[in-house]
Amino acid sequence: MGLDIRWPIGLLFTLIGALLAVFGVCDGAGSVSVGVNINLVWGVVLLVFGGLMLLGAFHGGKNTPAA
Amino acid sequence: MQPLHLAWIDETILLTYVAFILGIGWALGRGVKTSSDFLTSGRSIPTWVTGLAFISANLGALELVGMAASGAKYGIATAHFYWLGAIPAMVFLAVFMMPFYYGSKARSVPEYLKMRFDERVRALNSVAFAVMTIFASGISMNAVAKLLNQLLGWDYNVALWVGSGVVLVYVLKGGLTSAIYTEVLQFFMIVFGFAPVVYLGLKDAGGWQAMTHALQSVAVHPAALHLKPLGTVFAPNAWTSAWRPLFGGPGANPMGVDLYAMVFGLGFVLSFGYWCTDFLVVQRAMAARNMGAARNTPLVAAVPKMLFPFLVIVPGMIAVALTSMPGKGYRIPPPIIAQTSYDKAVEAVKNGNPADPATVAATVGSALGQKVDAAKIAALVADNAAGKVDDGTIRQRLYDSVTAYDYDGVILSLMKKYCPAGLLGLALTALLASFMSGMAGNVTAFNTVFTYDLYQAYFAPGKNDRHYFVTGKVVTVAGIVLSIGASYFASMYNNAMDVIQLVFAFVNAPLFATFLLGMFWKRATGTGAFLGLLGGIAGSALFHAFTTVGSNLDAAGLVINGMKGGYLGVLYAFPSEMAQNFWLASFAFSACFTLTLLVSLATKRTKSDAQLTGLVYSLTPKIKTENQAWYARPGVVGAGLLLGCLILNVIFW
Repeated sequence: MGLDIRWPIGLLFTLIGALLAVFGVCDGAGSVSVGVNINLVWGVVLLVFGGLMLLGAFHGGKNTPAA
Repeated sequence: MQPLHLAWIDETILLTYVAFILGIGWALGRGVKTSSDFLTSGRSIPTWVTGLAFISANLGALELVGMAASGAKYGIATAHFYWLGAIPAMVFLAVFMMPFYYGSKARSVPEYLKMRFDERVRALNSVAFAVMTIFASGISMNAVAKLLNQLLGWDYNVALWVGSGVVLVYVLKGGLTSAIYTEVLQFFMIVFGFAPVVYLGLKDAGGWQAMTHALQSVAVHPAALHLKPLGTVFAPNAWTSAWRPLFGGPGANPMGVDLYAMVFGLGFVLSFGYWCTDFLVVQRAMAARNMGAARNTPLVAAVPKMLFPFLVIVPGMIAVALTSMPGKGYRIPPPIIAQTSYDKAVEAVKNGNPADPATVAATVGSALGQKVDAAKIAALVADNAAGKVDDGTIRQRLYDSVTAYDYDGVILSLMKKYCPAGLLGLALTALLASFMSGMAGNVTAFNTVFTYDLYQAYFAPGKNDRHYFVTGKVVTVAGIVLSIGASYFASMYNNAMDVIQLVFAFVNAPLFATFLLGMFWKRATGTGAFLGLLGGIAGSALFHAFTTVGSNLDAAGLVINGMKGGYLGVLYAFPSEMAQNFWLASFAFSACFTLTLLVSLATKRTKSDAQLTGLVYSLTPKIKTENQAWYARPGVVGAGLLLGCLILNVIFW
């Protein structure tokens, strides 16, 4: 099998995070909810999470299912 | 509710997620070569993955929607499902039962039963499980497709077939591993999709304390919000305290249960019955790479599970608090009402006589088919007569005036209120992700049980592995098709959900008694287990036939809806459905336990001690954990988790 699951997780959330963050910046007031530009804030959070996952996947280790 | 409109970004997020799960299936497909790879992942998955898949498999869309609904109806007491039920059960599974499941090398729960008892018990369990899991799959698919149809305007059939099609593709390619991987993805989607909604909702309500205060006012007079009948009074802590309202008996808490039913019925029988024996979740632990990993899987799962109430139950509580706060512009959504009914009601308001508000309220109520708040209608008619309101406002105020609630709509209504385009896409994708992986979980469990426990055991034993590998693929397709069929079946009956709850209670509750005796008492015999299980199932059916819920009786004391029991006569009427459910489970467990015990004592053992090694506690060598650090041993970790649970229970005491 040999697919480290941190790759798809990392990639997915980095992508979505970037999408949301950029959209949050461009959309301005439309992305504000209860006083917070939630798209921007949460987009950044997702980006960080995705990045951490990718870092983990990069360093490999025992996370690939045994072949 | 007006249909939600999705912006391009929402759709992009959804499509990205779908592309990823299809990609995972495709990438894994290359490495899946044997039936063992396809159906049981060849026992190779890392612990944190099996752990997250373990709770994710259980987190279907219905659970997410249902927990928010229960949070609104019952408050923090809903957390008992987690802090009293699930966590202790998961710890028990990890410490005591996994050694037998994993050590016996059984490929499924029914296979363990065959090794421990005999073929009859396996047959009974596999048939019951196969049928139940397909129905569960179909019923939840139906519920979600209906939800999507009503709230997003998506065509029911399209939602059903496209959703199923996506699941079919990635499960067909990568088998159980695909399902497990996407379940982990789904776990993160749920956390990231729901957390902002909870945060924003709390912020809008004014913070946790403000929410608590609002709930305390509601508890003292729930009829003001039409949550309970007029005259109902609870102590202020009814929505915010998990234990104290139980001590006052069924009349003192919104759930309507007593302490014994909660602790024994839910905490022990139902929870242990599900988490310890339902193959849907146990299968994920069995896919771990070694015994240590298998035992750690439920423990790893227990950590996020403990915190989940804050993610899935609190939204319901927030919804009630917000509904009670005027000026927040939020109310728990009313049941779905057709636009044509709203049109008729608008007409009724416009043609209504302001001097006779009662008649107008009655006309409006019958036009909408719901009970309405007479005072609000009177005000609306007066304002209309004064020319202050346009059609749109009339519609909105009619919506606000309905006094019935569709609790299942709570989570979606909160998403609608607080999620701007972008975040909305994330939250909706999370909901859809749980829908798809719920189906994938059921289908992969069905697949393994059907291929190994029914097909290989009774129809085509002794073929080579390639044969079963192909069979597994065929059964996947069949499983999905059958689920779709079950979904259409469920769409024809309103109470499909009630039926499956009942069936689960009948079958799962007694099953745990069978396992307890089987794993810890070597004297339990096959005949005892078989008759005990059969008797437990029959006993619970009878219990259900002779008891019902108080609200199910009309003025003459006759049963209104047979699905809620009592159709053969009413020996007892419970104060609530939860109470009936918990007591039924307790009864089923006790019946099965007693019967298994007695029949086992009366029959001869068919398996010797040697044959039962590794299957029964007293005949299995203790697992060596000396080379593990003391804090990593399952017993110690389990104790730590229980302590954490205790702390949470005390905080919300």
